Amino acid sequence: MAKRIEATNVSAYYGGFKAIENITLTVEPKTVTALIGPSGCGKSTFLRSINRMHEVLPGARVEGNLTIDNQDIYDRDVDVTAVRRMIGMVFQRPNPFPTMSIFENVVAGLRLNGVKKKSILEEAAERALRSANLWDEVKDRLGKPGAGLSGGQQQRLCIARTIAVEPQVVLMDEPCSALDPISTLAIEDLMFQLKDQFTIVIVTHNMQQAARVSDRTAFFSIEKTGDPGRLIEYDNTQKIFSNPSVKKTEDYITGRFG
Amino acid sequence: MSTTVTTHRPRPTAQPTTLRARRLPRYAAPLIALAALLVAAGIVYGTGIGGPVLVVVVAALLYLAGLFAAANAVEGRRAARNRTWSALIHSAFVLAVLPLASVVWTLVSKGVERLDGNFFGTSMNNIGARDPNGGAYHAIVGTLEQVGIATLITVPLGILCAIYVVEYGRGRFSFAIRFFVDVMTGIPSIVSGLFVLAFWVLIVSPMVNDGRPGFSGFAAALALSVLMLPTVVRSTEEMLRLVPAPLREGAYALGVPKWKTILRVVLPTALPGIVTGVMLAIARAAGETAPVLLVAGGGAAINVNPFENNQSSLALFVYQQAGDASKYSPARAWTAALTLVALVLVLTIAAKLLARRNRLGR
Amino acid sequence: MGDTPQRSAHAGTGGITVATGHEWAAGASARVAETPGNPRTPVDNGMGGGGALPRARSFGAERAFRGLTLAAGTAVLVIIAAIAIFLIARAVPALRANTENFWTYEGWSPNEAQPKFGIGTLAFGTVLSSALALLIAVPVALGIALYLSHYAPRRLGTALGFLIDLLAAVPSVVFGLWGRDVFINPVRDFSAWLNEYFGWIPIFGGDGPFGRSIMLGSLVLAIMVLPIITSLSREVFLQTPTANEEAALALGATRWEMIRTAVLPYGRPGVIAAVMLGLGRALGETIALAMTLGITFGVSFNLIQNGGNTIAANIANAFGEANDTGRGALIASGLVLFTITLIVNITARVIIYRRREFTESAA
Repeated sequence: MAKRIEATNVSAYYGGFKAIENITLTVEPKTVTALIGPSGCGKSTFLRSINRMHEVLPGARVEGNLTIDNQDIYDRDVDVTAVRRMIGMVFQRPNPFPTMSIFENVVAGLRLNGVKKKSILEEAAERALRSANLWDEVKDRLGKPGAGLSGGQQQRLCIARTIAVEPQVVLMDEPCSALDPISTLAIEDLMFQLKDQFTIVIVTHNMQQAARVSDRTAFFSIEKTGDPGRLIEYDNTQKIFSNPSVKKTEDYITGRFG
Repeated sequence: MSTTVTTHRPRPTAQPTTLRARRLPRYAAPLIALAALLVAAGIVYGTGIGGPVLVVVVAALLYLAGLFAAANAVEGRRAARNRTWSALIHSAFVLAVLPLASVVWTLVSKGVERLDGNFFGTSMNNIGARDPNGGAYHAIVGTLEQVGIATLITVPLGILCAIYVVEYGRGRFSFAIRFFVDVMTGIPSIVSGLFVLAFWVLIVSPMVNDGRPGFSGFAAALALSVLMLPTVVRSTEEMLRLVPAPLREGAYALGVPKWKTILRVVLPTALPGIVTGVMLAIARAAGETAPVLLVAGGGAAINVNPFENNQSSLALFVYQQAGDASKYSPARAWTAALTLVALVLVLTIAAKLLARRNRLGR
Repeated sequence: MGDTPQRSAHAGTGGITVATGHEWAAGASARVAETPGNPRTPVDNGMGGGGALPRARSFGAERAFRGLTLAAGTAVLVIIAAIAIFLIARAVPALRANTENFWTYEGWSPNEAQPKFGIGTLAFGTVLSSALALLIAVPVALGIALYLSHYAPRRLGTALGFLIDLLAAVPSVVFGLWGRDVFINPVRDFSAWLNEYFGWIPIFGGDGPFGRSIMLGSLVLAIMVLPIITSLSREVFLQTPTANEEAALALGATRWEMIRTAVLPYGRPGVIAAVMLGLGRALGETIALAMTLGITFGVSFNLIQNGGNTIAANIANAFGEANDTGRGALIASGLVLFTITLIVNITARVIIYRRREFTESAA
């Protein structure tokens, strides 16, 4: 259920602007990998290149090599939708479909894939909601609008929606930045459980969070505004937070910069 | 053997086994199009039921069916659906562009024929069926006066109404006003014409007019006001709502009374948006024919007094010339139409540019 | 971690910066403060002066202004009521004079000594032509709106969207003129073709002449309401939250599936409103139909033969030679049209308001 992602010399552009340059790193299966760094350093851009969401924006493109278990994600014959089904994504702000009920939100991905049978959908919805630690809170109101939940619940609903299609990898783009501390804690617990099944890559601004949840941490940075983001250091989380080998990482972690 | 038996149950997984997908080659779509065209031509000319237009129509249908079949076979159902809908959406665009382009083309090509000084400098007074001359001076005067008066009536009324709804109104009454403003948007122009006919032309104005019905430019302005009012109210309302609350609160905190805050802080902030809404309303009113036909009565001579006697307008001029039997009237109708469209478009474009420049919020 | 609140603080000011970009926002407080010269402002308005707070005045500028706006708001209701009242007042005498049944009589001769007129055929033509026009225009308009919002390259989409907005502003008399002088030719050919091969279907039957038919009228109407529906729907589609579109894409949706999952459900109330507005326009359209329909009286589903009439077109056509009863009869027909459009509009608004409450309470 989990796969290895390898990036080699990945650069990404918005039109003429180069957002990241020559990123090379490997994400191991069934781990949580955190991407940290100051604003605008290209963490999210890199994350979005992994499931080809980067190219959704007009004028955006990616260079270099990205593979998932040795299959080139950017190969010409690759079906983008297959990539995204394999690599799910949770966004910064909870974004349940506003017109759909909780149940419909969770099974949206399955329905897209042609699963129609009610019993299968119900089973999958329950499994996904349980995995997202949301089942007990919503089981009595599955028919209510998903947008009626609290922010933290909405985000867990979005996680349930993402894992309902049973992806190999789950990307999370600052999933807690719009949430209160209690909801944040709930989501962090969830990540801990989910890594038994999935490979997780998380972008976060919150260094404590990175230290708490991740196995490995990648530190991105930029020289100055307008420069492309680069990977400065990538190592075990413990190493990064206790004894980083690059001065810049240390500065950032100790709060002397960024 | 039995050890391998597990409770493994097939899960409803959406997971692809591979990222690669079979794709239709690039040349597939043009190839299908060509085949569709040939088959269509074969069918149509073989049976002799139509000409080239029918060939294109049949070919388009065949293309859609062929594309779906091919994509379904090679790429699967989802991709096939995606392709077919994409093709349908693109063809909807082409389908609509044709008549609209034809309207624009005819308007320009036929409209320039009488685009001369005489057209803008004379009226239709004493112009007979055999006269090639004659112009729309009187109609232009009418349009400008009627729309101008309507604007003078509508703008203060509309803005005040919007202020009430946004700033003061609470509860059911305010809701009712909002609701009926929305409903008013949908009142047909001919009904507003009939209303002014019944109210002003046939009942009120005869009282001061020796009992004669008072067709006039002013009556047309009244009818146009009814049409413009909801547009002005709605756009003002929207703009007022976009004014950030801290701005108001900042003024209240200084002890400025509410009415003054509205007049001096809120309104000026929303002004560009309001002007845009007003201009769009004017553009719509300028193009209205039916109410002017009913209550201004039309007329061939120049009448600069909007309060007395018949007046024409550009839109009405187009309608009347189009219905005229003279062989010279179509040219006059098209030139007037071109003038009218130019007037309306200048207003609309200016309004949109203004809106774009002063975008509040959003 | 100190990042998060900092970020949100920035996001917060971001909203206001837009306003402060306006020359007014920043200077607003200063401007207000520099108006003590206004005689209405009491000089000692209790600013830190101690003692009792000044009591609210029972009458003042505030009340006057408020009353003024209230009057303007009430004016809208008064106008709507006045429309109904005056139309009824003028219609009733004519209806009394009518010697035939107003609902069923097929014909319009109210100017004779024995006035005879009936609304049935006109109402039928109005509904038929509008329904046909919407049937043609709505799918095409939604297609274009989606093309402009989600398929065309952004620049092209914006430019074409602007063009569509402009076409929505073209007066109906221009479309009528075009329909009468230009569009009638292809429609006549098409009608003849339909009649030749599909004449066995009643709606395409008849022996001609063809051209100034329900079909021409409906097509012209469709072309007229097309830009309106397109322009409104496009705006709604563009407002779909990017977050929802990305959510659908991230689930592995194709472009069409993304549209079906995120864009169409989100835009539904807006689209309904656009269609209803288009319907309102079509029902009330006067001049374009007066110029393109054959103006006959009779209930017929035949689409291609010369003929067809609507309430509004009949008013424009018959108004010129109408006497007092004739005018009353036309006003009566206008009253029916007013009622029809009022029902359509109120239905549409109720749908939208309900829908809005649902999504607002959910959000």
